[in-house]
Amino acid sequence: MSTDLPVLSAKDFASDQDVRWCPGCGDYSILAQMKTVLASMGKKQEETVFISGIGCSSRFPYYMNTYGMHSIHGRAPAFATGLKSTRPELDVWVITGDGDALSIGGNHFIHLIRRNVDLNIILFNNSIYGLTKGQYSPTSKVGKITKSTPMGSIDQPLNPLSVAIAAEASFVARSVDSNIKHLRATLQRASEHRGTSFVEVYQNCNIFNDGVWDYAKAKATKDDSTVELQHGKPLIYAGGKKGIRLNGFAPETVDLDGNIAQDDLLFHDEKVESSQLAFLLSRMRFPEFPEPIGVFRAIERPTYDTQINAQVVQAAEKKGKGDLKTLFKSGDTWTV
Amino acid sequence: MTSPAELFPPTKKPAEALSGVTVRLAGDSGDGMQLLGTQLTNTSALSGNDVATFPDFPAEIRAPRGTRAGVSGFQVQFSAEEIFTPGDGVDTLICMNPAALVTNIGDLRRGGILIVNSDGFGDKDLKLAKLDVNPLEDDTTEGYRVIKVPMTTMTRDSVEPTGLSAKFADRCKNFFAMGLVFWLYGRDVEPTLRFIENKFSAKPDVAEANRLALKAGWNYGETTENFASTYSVPAAELEPGVYKNVMGNQALAWGLITAAELSDKELFLGSYPITPASDILHELAKHKNFGVRTFQAEDEIAAVCSAVGAALGGSMAITTSSGPGIALKGEGIGLGLILELPFIIIDVQRGGPSTGLPTKTEQSDLLMVMHGRNGDSPLPVIAAQSPADCFNVAIEAWRIATKYMTPVFILSDGYIANGSEPWKIPEVDSLEKIEINHPGPRSPDDAPFMPYSRDENLARPWALPGTPGLMHRVGGLEKQDGTGNVSYDPDNHQHMVQTRAKKVELVADSIDDAEVFGKTKGTLVLSWGGTYGACRTAVKMAIEEGIEVGHVHLRWINPFPANLGSVLGQYDKVLIPELNTGQLRLLIKDKFLIDATGLNKIKGKPFHVSEIVDKIKEVSGK
Repeated sequence: MSTDLPVLSAKDFASDQDVRWCPGCGDYSILAQMKTVLASMGKKQEETVFISGIGCSSRFPYYMNTYGMHSIHGRAPAFATGLKSTRPELDVWVITGDGDALSIGGNHFIHLIRRNVDLNIILFNNSIYGLTKGQYSPTSKVGKITKSTPMGSIDQPLNPLSVAIAAEASFVARSVDSNIKHLRATLQRASEHRGTSFVEVYQNCNIFNDGVWDYAKAKATKDDSTVELQHGKPLIYAGGKKGIRLNGFAPETVDLDGNIAQDDLLFHDEKVESSQLAFLLSRMRFPEFPEPIGVFRAIERPTYDTQINAQVVQAAEKKGKGDLKTLFKSGDTWTV
Repeated sequence: MTSPAELFPPTKKPAEALSGVTVRLAGDSGDGMQLLGTQLTNTSALSGNDVATFPDFPAEIRAPRGTRAGVSGFQVQFSAEEIFTPGDGVDTLICMNPAALVTNIGDLRRGGILIVNSDGFGDKDLKLAKLDVNPLEDDTTEGYRVIKVPMTTMTRDSVEPTGLSAKFADRCKNFFAMGLVFWLYGRDVEPTLRFIENKFSAKPDVAEANRLALKAGWNYGETTENFASTYSVPAAELEPGVYKNVMGNQALAWGLITAAELSDKELFLGSYPITPASDILHELAKHKNFGVRTFQAEDEIAAVCSAVGAALGGSMAITTSSGPGIALKGEGIGLGLILELPFIIIDVQRGGPSTGLPTKTEQSDLLMVMHGRNGDSPLPVIAAQSPADCFNVAIEAWRIATKYMTPVFILSDGYIANGSEPWKIPEVDSLEKIEINHPGPRSPDDAPFMPYSRDENLARPWALPGTPGLMHRVGGLEKQDGTGNVSYDPDNHQHMVQTRAKKVELVADSIDDAEVFGKTKGTLVLSWGGTYGACRTAVKMAIEEGIEVGHVHLRWINPFPANLGSVLGQYDKVLIPELNTGQLRLLIKDKFLIDATGLNKIKGKPFHVSEIVDKIKEVSGK
């Protein structure tokens, strides 16, 4: 790396706009970690574009001193696909929420992922509609009492990671807003991955859904209720006291009390081509299991933006660069 | 190989010269009528005729065979004079089965030629067409020159040497019919022989069978006593130049590619398949060597949004669809409007509402493209008048979009999209460049970049991601003029809504005035879009009959040409023919308080010239 480049700090990625999330919102931490990660990775403001949909999280681009678009509800993936397909050299980020990505934008979400456009999706999952003041979302649990479900939600929630994996995601990860170190590392991994990187962030909405992720955030419980995935390492949690083992096709929790060797545990492999392991991990939900955080899956496959541009180059090589005179006179013509 | 002249000897029968002919080919969807029609059109165009076509086919890919629902038709007028429509009454009708006959004979002129495949009129065929009596044996065909030709038998006999099965042999009967029609009108078979060779290069036996069937049809004409003479249609006196026959969707695609070249831009199309717009996607996808990127999106909404994303990045972005798709795109278009980014939305209209009549034509999306978005959200709207005109419209739309930094709507319709006519190939070097200036980099010492500052056209700068120092955020929330920052200020909102509207009004400074054809007082026929040809022909005919009538055809509907109000004021009566219930009429009444008369046809079919002539007479009191 050249040394005479001006080095940007996290502050340089802040726009001049006042941040207007509620005090105590988990979004603040994600914004802060993003600025830090971009600065530490030596990213340039002008080559970075944030595209969001609608919702609390989608105000994010206004607060970044980069290029940005606060688009329409659920459609950020489509805007981002159009931009990245035509400007593959740009660093494109999609900022979305659980309602934006999984409800109104569910279709675009899965199609962006299957195409593997080289960009990063950060889904702020607070399990609630915040900006519209507290209706249940596609990730709210059955029975959830909200303004629109006074007798409890009867909707089966979606599991964002399972959806992404089923949509052929090449990179899938989960982190937690308050776990600053882990969140930074995860954002950096997402940025480094070539292809669509999908990151679900457990984000607390302290107004409408306070404490929804407490089990995964609180000091007293997080070690027992989450398991940090590390490539090539066994799944161990609860301060080394417990592990995850496969029993047939199903995971089970085991006590590491000396009767079970580490080699008997499930070893994480984020690079395995088959998505079965990642899917199995995505199905592990609290309280039956500790919920995995970290990178579930990171495989290489061709990206959409590379291929769409490669076809343009191929066509020009094969047919010659487009020439209007030749085009107009192709096929049958006659002279008057 | 024997030369075409030996295989297809010129007729020894006398040839009667005609100024123009309208031929309709009608058969089952699987009978190859569209192919036959296209060949007849191209051959006629190559021989110097002016041509205009109207394909008419069912929405089903394979509608039940032999039924009325499955009838596929293709009408072509070829003429020694300049023509603007595929013709009203049909001079020669070719019918491959009873369903085709009963659904089309109403359009055949009295005394016109009816050529039928008599092998296609068995009991089973009659039953499929829901007929109790053979229409060749009752009074259905009375008053026409009926020529019964056992096409299936003769085709099978002619292709026998190739050893093809009866099933495959029967597929050649459209070439038999083609041979007969080509003989009847003295058409050159050379282009069709070339077509057969290219199309069936991988299947030499099929190619040979089609050639034999074509020859058998030609020879049948020469030997049968049914035809005492043939017809000839001399070349038309078109403006000198090199011509090519183009369909509307193709011309639109080529116009878009040309606009991209003229503005030094790479073209991005975000589209979702829909009839009758898909051919624009297909055509553009063929020309990636021009830097064209086509994105078949997961839905209509993603299609328009991807185009907005590409526009943000600096591409010439386009989205194409038809009515149902445009309805879905509304919110995305509204975002593009408030972002003030240039891109093109193409609506190839079809019969509505809802799924409506996918393969039939209509002009009923005008009010939707004018008003079908939330908030006060006007956009420039331009409409193509004919297949070849689509080329110019595409370039003009992009010129306006970039000059004023706004999305622009192009309206086409099913009739223009699938119809064809000769297009005078332009001199590439004479096409005017489209200048686009993107602001350059800024240093931290420069004054802050103002993404919503405006030039004399009220256009804001098109600042591209990647440019140092121009970082800015755009979005759907109302923004402060100048800075582009989110603003809830009441006065600013009023100012911004009015500014966006004013910008569209200013487009009138960059477009041509309305031009009057014919008389400057009396009755005015005011039209837009694909009804141009029928209206222009009708006005010409009415003037020849001594009626005081003029014609104005609108190219831009939003804004209207600056002089339109004064032109309208010259006339006692204004007649607005439209293929809808009166949508332009509503806009004209609203803007100019003129009590115009409508002629409104909502049948999924274009106007007949005679319908408009009759209405002109009625309105003019003649």
